[in-house]
Amino acid sequence: MKRGRVWKYGDNVNTDVIFPGKYTYSILEPEEMAHHALEDLDPGFAQKVKPGDVIVAGRNFGCGSSREQAATCLKYAGVQAVVAKSFARIFFRNAINQGLPVLQSEEAVDSIEHGGEIEIDFDRGSIKTARGDFSFPAFPESVMGILEAGGLIPYTKKKLEGK
Amino acid sequence: MGKTFSEKILGLKAQKDVQAGEVVTVSPDYILSHDNSAAIIKEFRKLGVKDVISPQKLVIILDHVVPAASEKYALNHKTIREFVSSQKIQNFFDIPFGICHQVFSENGFALPGKLILGADSHTTSYGAFGAFAAGIGRSEVATLWATDEIWLRVPETIKIEIKGELPSGVYVKDVILKIIGEEGADRANYKAVEFTGEAVKKFSLASRLVLANMAAEMGAKNGYFEPDEETLLWLKGRAKDEFKVISSDPDARYEAVLDHNISSLEPQVACPHTVDNVKPVSKAEGKEFHQAVIGTCTNGRFEDLEIAARILKGKKVHPKVRVLIIPASRQEYLLALKKGILEILVEAGCVILNPGCGPCLGAHQGVLAPGEVALSTANRNFRGRMGSRDAQIYLASPATVAASSLEGKITDPRKFL
Ligand code: SF4
Repeated sequence: MKRGRVWKYGDNVNTDVIFPGKYTYSILEPEEMAHHALEDLDPGFAQKVKPGDVIVAGRNFGCGSSREQAATCLKYAGVQAVVAKSFARIFFRNAINQGLPVLQSEEAVDSIEHGGEIEIDFDRGSIKTARGDFSFPAFPESVMGILEAGGLIPYTKKKLEGK
Repeated sequence: MGKTFSEKILGLKAQKDVQAGEVVTVSPDYILSHDNSAAIIKEFRKLGVKDVISPQKLVIILDHVVPAASEKYALNHKTIREFVSSQKIQNFFDIPFGICHQVFSENGFALPGKLILGADSHTTSYGAFGAFAAGIGRSEVATLWATDEIWLRVPETIKIEIKGELPSGVYVKDVILKIIGEEGADRANYKAVEFTGEAVKKFSLASRLVLANMAAEMGAKNGYFEPDEETLLWLKGRAKDEFKVISSDPDARYEAVLDHNISSLEPQVACPHTVDNVKPVSKAEGKEFHQAVIGTCTNGRFEDLEIAARILKGKKVHPKVRVLIIPASRQEYLLALKKGILEILVEAGCVILNPGCGPCLGAHQGVLAPGEVALSTANRNFRGRMGSRDAQIYLASPATVAASSLEGKITDPRKFL
């Protein structure tokens, strides 16, 4: 369970504003990707974000490109989780595969403002904000396994070694 | 109860009876990647596996930044070439060929009834030929290279019935923009989309590719057209493998059926900065712009270049507009060359670039400065996509882009027909 500060954004936050296309083939190190996180949406974000902060957004977060850096840059910027009303499909998979929890809860999103505090309890599947407790659907076991391993690559590596 | 195409193909692959909502573990027929293969190789190496398990399934096409625009891009390409030769990957297309989705299709990998996964969101394009084709991320592709296995959720399906007939000066690009504008950028999130109806039977394969390509802009996992005679004819001599057509049952269960009649459709324009911010051209007319782009995996085929040439023939583009023409592939380029289309375009003042993604993702060949406006035939107009975050991108059909290029402002193409 960890407390975090909220960065709140609207609907349809797309992968181009999360991680601009012009960097997709020239920046390969995750730490450097983090410097450009949300650059075209909120240019101050990358400098000010603190480890444990949480992104809260509206519908269709992560729509657009399949670029996994959109998840990588947020994770390495220190973002603990993304809470949104809904996620675009590929981003949702990419985030899990990067070990970045993505939680869907309309009510939680509506109950919190930019700069507010949020607490996420992964075991209980709940999100706590100043205005209440909200549950999010528990992850299936396989997804939890990927998140706990820190992403699909370490997860698969372990599985392959175990074979 | 019958089954949808998606339920059938994923069931077939998983070797069990499945319904929408279930999760299956499957092995794809082909795995696409492009310039991002360099990053995928890096992830693949972390898995501690020496060789790709099924190298014959990999299709690697260099297209995003070709030829390399900087040392970093060059190094990526070099890494990929070395990997391709060390892993004996046969299906490799180096920089002369063009945009991955076009090259993949014309080389006969996009086949009915195949399961295709690609490290690109517009992998949905291959649904134009009756394949199940979806975009995935890099970690997943790297894992597939090592294990040949992935989990997929069987999607619910939305049927889009297109009725009526395209009016003159209106094209499938207008149809899909209109649909996305009405239904919203996340209407088909996690879902499959089937395009049916009397109108789609008349659409060329190039046009079906436009719809399947842009299904991704509704959030769709995959788009689908039932293969017909035209599909089979097109695949003759191209198909890389045997295939079997898979179709939805007549009594399949759909999440929704959306009717769209196109008979009185006007040309459409998607305005900044979302693809569902769509207006009829009459509401966007007069907007001045600096750069026009006719190309990309959405609208860079011969049929698109020909439409543009018809409008630009014997005329000159507006002196304040830079018009970039990017044929989607070498094959389309050659065809346009032989038919004199490129000559018309060059004489009109257009710049012809080599087949590839060009400035579509803002990496090279015509990125935008702050305050600039582009009118493009691409599929995405997100803020910052073509360069500066303070630039604007409008999306339209090749006809609208060509007509507007003559006037230097967004223009209804119907007055040039
Ligand atoms: S043309 Fe644009 S949308 Fe198509 S594959 Fe290339 S970058 Fe992606």
